[in-house]
Amino acid sequence: MRALDKKLLRDFAHLKGQALTIALVVAAGIGVFVGFQSVYGSLLYSRDVYYERYRFADVFANVERAPEQLKSRIEAIPGVSQVYTRLRYPARFLVADLPQPPVGLLASLPDDGAPPLNALHLVTGRLPTAGQGEALVLASFAEKRGLVLGEPLVAIVDGNACTFRITGTVLSPEFVYPMGAGEILPDDERFLVLWAPRTELAAMLKLTGAFNDLAVALQPLAHQSQVLADLDQLLAPYGGRGAYNRALQPSNNVLDGELYQLQTLALAVPMVFLAVAAFLLNVVLSRLVHLQRSQIAALKAVGYSNLQVGLHYLELVSVMVLVGSVLGIAFGAWFGRALHDLYGQFFRFPVQLYHLEGRLILTAVGVSLAAGVLGAMVAVRAVVQLPPAEAMRPAAPLAYRRSILERLGITGWVSPAFRMVTRELTRRPLRTSLSVLGIALSVGVLIIGRFNADLTNGLMDLLFQRMWREDLLVAFAGPRPERAIRELGHLPGVIRAEGLRVVPVRMRVGPRHRDVVLYGYQEDGELRRPVSLSGVPLTLPERGALVTQNLLEILQVSPGEEVEIELREGSYAKKTLLIAGPIEDAAGLAGHLRADTLAQLLGEEPLVSLGLLTVASRDTQDLERRLQAMPQVLSVSAHATLVDRFEKQSAESIRVMTLFATIFAMTIAVGVVYNNARVALSLRERDLASLRVIGMTRREISAILLGELGIQVILALPVGFWIGRAMARGISATVDPERFRFPMVIETQTYAFAAIVTLAAGLASGLLVRRKLDRLDLIAVLKTRE
Amino acid sequence: MAEVVLAGRELTKLYRMGEVEVLALRGVDLELREGELVVLLGASGSGKSTLLNILGGLDRASSGRVQYRDQDLSDADEDELTLYRRRHVGFVFQFYNLIPSLTAKENVALVTDIVDDPLDPAEALSLVGLGQRLDHFPSQMSGGEQQRVAIARAIAKRPDLLLCDEPTGALDFQTGVLVLEVLERVNRELGTSTAVITHNLPIAAMADRVVTLADGRVQGEVVHTQRAKAADIRW
Repeated sequence: MRALDKKLLRDFAHLKGQALTIALVVAAGIGVFVGFQSVYGSLLYSRDVYYERYRFADVFANVERAPEQLKSRIEAIPGVSQVYTRLRYPARFLVADLPQPPVGLLASLPDDGAPPLNALHLVTGRLPTAGQGEALVLASFAEKRGLVLGEPLVAIVDGNACTFRITGTVLSPEFVYPMGAGEILPDDERFLVLWAPRTELAAMLKLTGAFNDLAVALQPLAHQSQVLADLDQLLAPYGGRGAYNRALQPSNNVLDGELYQLQTLALAVPMVFLAVAAFLLNVVLSRLVHLQRSQIAALKAVGYSNLQVGLHYLELVSVMVLVGSVLGIAFGAWFGRALHDLYGQFFRFPVQLYHLEGRLILTAVGVSLAAGVLGAMVAVRAVVQLPPAEAMRPAAPLAYRRSILERLGITGWVSPAFRMVTRELTRRPLRTSLSVLGIALSVGVLIIGRFNADLTNGLMDLLFQRMWREDLLVAFAGPRPERAIRELGHLPGVIRAEGLRVVPVRMRVGPRHRDVVLYGYQEDGELRRPVSLSGVPLTLPERGALVTQNLLEILQVSPGEEVEIELREGSYAKKTLLIAGPIEDAAGLAGHLRADTLAQLLGEEPLVSLGLLTVASRDTQDLERRLQAMPQVLSVSAHATLVDRFEKQSAESIRVMTLFATIFAMTIAVGVVYNNARVALSLRERDLASLRVIGMTRREISAILLGELGIQVILALPVGFWIGRAMARGISATVDPERFRFPMVIETQTYAFAAIVTLAAGLASGLLVRRKLDRLDLIAVLKTRE
Repeated sequence: MAEVVLAGRELTKLYRMGEVEVLALRGVDLELREGELVVLLGASGSGKSTLLNILGGLDRASSGRVQYRDQDLSDADEDELTLYRRRHVGFVFQFYNLIPSLTAKENVALVTDIVDDPLDPAEALSLVGLGQRLDHFPSQMSGGEQQRVAIARAIAKRPDLLLCDEPTGALDFQTGVLVLEVLERVNRELGTSTAVITHNLPIAAMADRVVTLADGRVQGEVVHTQRAKAADIRW
């Protein structure tokens, strides 16, 4: 081994405390990068393989009833390569001992069991035999409910019951994320899809020789929007409800949103860590170069070139970064696998393998090295530029100035120690600012860690306390006259009953459109009302609708303008709706208007789609059973169950996120404060020892050094709060804005938590350095160097 | 007369130190001949270290010329100066400038790693009487021993020039003499042209030639027909 390499290893060992803290910051960044990226890559791969092998369609459309003969005309649309016509019908299902029966879809399966598009993946059992009353069921539901093959399942369609025997469980590319229409969270227990042979289903639904749903595969390079337009035109006379592409296919839409969020986080979060690592390397290496000034001169004097000496210091940085990378990759692989398993609970693929690609590992190492080199660049340039003859001489005394406080004349009463502290801080404003920024970043990361919990609490408060305030939600099988609500109000145990009209529409402005929901509120309604993100109930306008702000942006319209709406139920008529104003909705895209305004717009008597009930007792089982038995009722759901489910689903991920973010933030805080303190100590050892020699106590010199750190930490807190807010906003922005918008609430406790953890990290670092300060060897320090 | 190995002509040097400008050399001429031992004498601030740094390729003159054998170093770039130092010059500094994290042998190996046909580090250390202390770190050695490691490091490359800046400046009398004996031996046995900077007048007695500097100029030159033995020097 070359002598220079031995120097490198021994320098590394000497710097172990600092090297370790830096390596840990790198490890955190690389860990998150590798974790998120590998999960992103794995999910993307699982999805692509799934979609390709199971021939996931490109375009989907729903129609009231179209003759099968139309198929050949659809096939003739330029760009279409394959057409799969089928039957789809909403249904509810009866399952023994389940008070809230599942809802979902009845779907047709070609009699030979092999759909040309959107093929099914058989998980257990066998395909149904046509004519035997057999069917397949979505595996997620079967597993959650412990459904046994051969068991009968009763489906209720338009009040008629029909029994199927389950022969197998399946996965479908259309239900990677199995979620019912209009739901905000998936519920494997309550959402199911049943696939039965088409001939039987057609007879049951009275759709023999017709179809009401289709999936289309496109040729490569097909003009998608043209195909959609052609398809809409062909289907319109048969009650076409608008064709849509993969991006709007519900399951794929959620999957896309999740992948986008992963991809964004996988880039943004590691950048914070690597920036901190680069900054720390800069601090530590600059100090090392300062201390090794005469060694650098000696190396150059004996004939080492600038390049060799510069590389030597870069190698030292590389060792620290590589140690961090290795730790980070190991951690990232573990973290990625855990995260992947978590995703596996929500997203169902036939083949779901976690893989960590070699290429990703190489990228991680490359990225961390690049950050390291970037951080070290300034110090290494100083090494290269240091003329050997100058390096032989002691460095010129640093130029100090009176600090701004002194120039303002408010220093008459401050101690010389305080003056030293402020001069040191103001002498290198850039270094001080970067230190403050570094600590502030850790404050920010801490806020992010807890913000997740705040976000969920805020959203839950908004959704479940302010917006949806009923105890039971009754969904009617179709719109009902208002007297249905009065009937509900007369049931025993019901305190208050209100109705809500919900109309699915396609809102359109020129070529831009979205499928959204219009809500019609009762005038004296208390259980549901439009509420802004900040929780303030809004008054509905006399004319027109309040429309989700985000939807206005998508459609590029402003309040006062009109949009075209196409009803997605009943008459499928086209209407014009006035936009009265924007509203910041928490979930989904919607328009909110008065029930009478809505009825007028639709040209109908006031109708209701949902019944909202408050009840006298917490025990609602009997009432639920009673409601469920009513033929006009499609489903009943209890508010408490929804809250429970929401809490259960978010609790685990919140716990994990908070834990990781806290560990990461501590790593950064300790890394920044400890390294700053160590560097300050070694650069000022002589000054401090001199002060001891002239009679200052240990406490007094500690106050000078630690005072500097203390001021930096204090300055960092407000900056960190601001950064935390900005990062929180950034993270919220990675959530699909068409699904959720979050109230930006950061609780006081979160700020306090971030401040306390940062102060604790600062204190711990201060104490570590204080120990060294107490052991300062006065004579040795004064003797070394010139 | 022996061949001129290194020559400086009309050398001046102006440099900044902090906020102060210093004119360290004001037109100096100096030659160093094959196998010669020259002592540069002068008070602190007389410009002797600056001159040595320029001759050794550690620094550039503000004006004037430096010639090593038939190579003109006046306009040499950084790489050429590095090669010149690597191949031809051995330095010994007042504060040794050893790498504290490397043992005696490793400090010497720093040089033998990068030159052709060097001495074995152990052999170089034996030459300076440290054959028994190869694996000691600088912090485990006395000042005299550290300086001898520095000399071993300088001679391990078999340099043509040995440039020593106050080699005994940080040492007590007895250790200082020991170091001078090593320099004398290297000059005699290896025939290395040697320049020694000192402000310590008695050391001048061991030189072939003594050049006195004052205020950035050569003040006088004395040629000795007979050199005193290092062991006999007292101060």
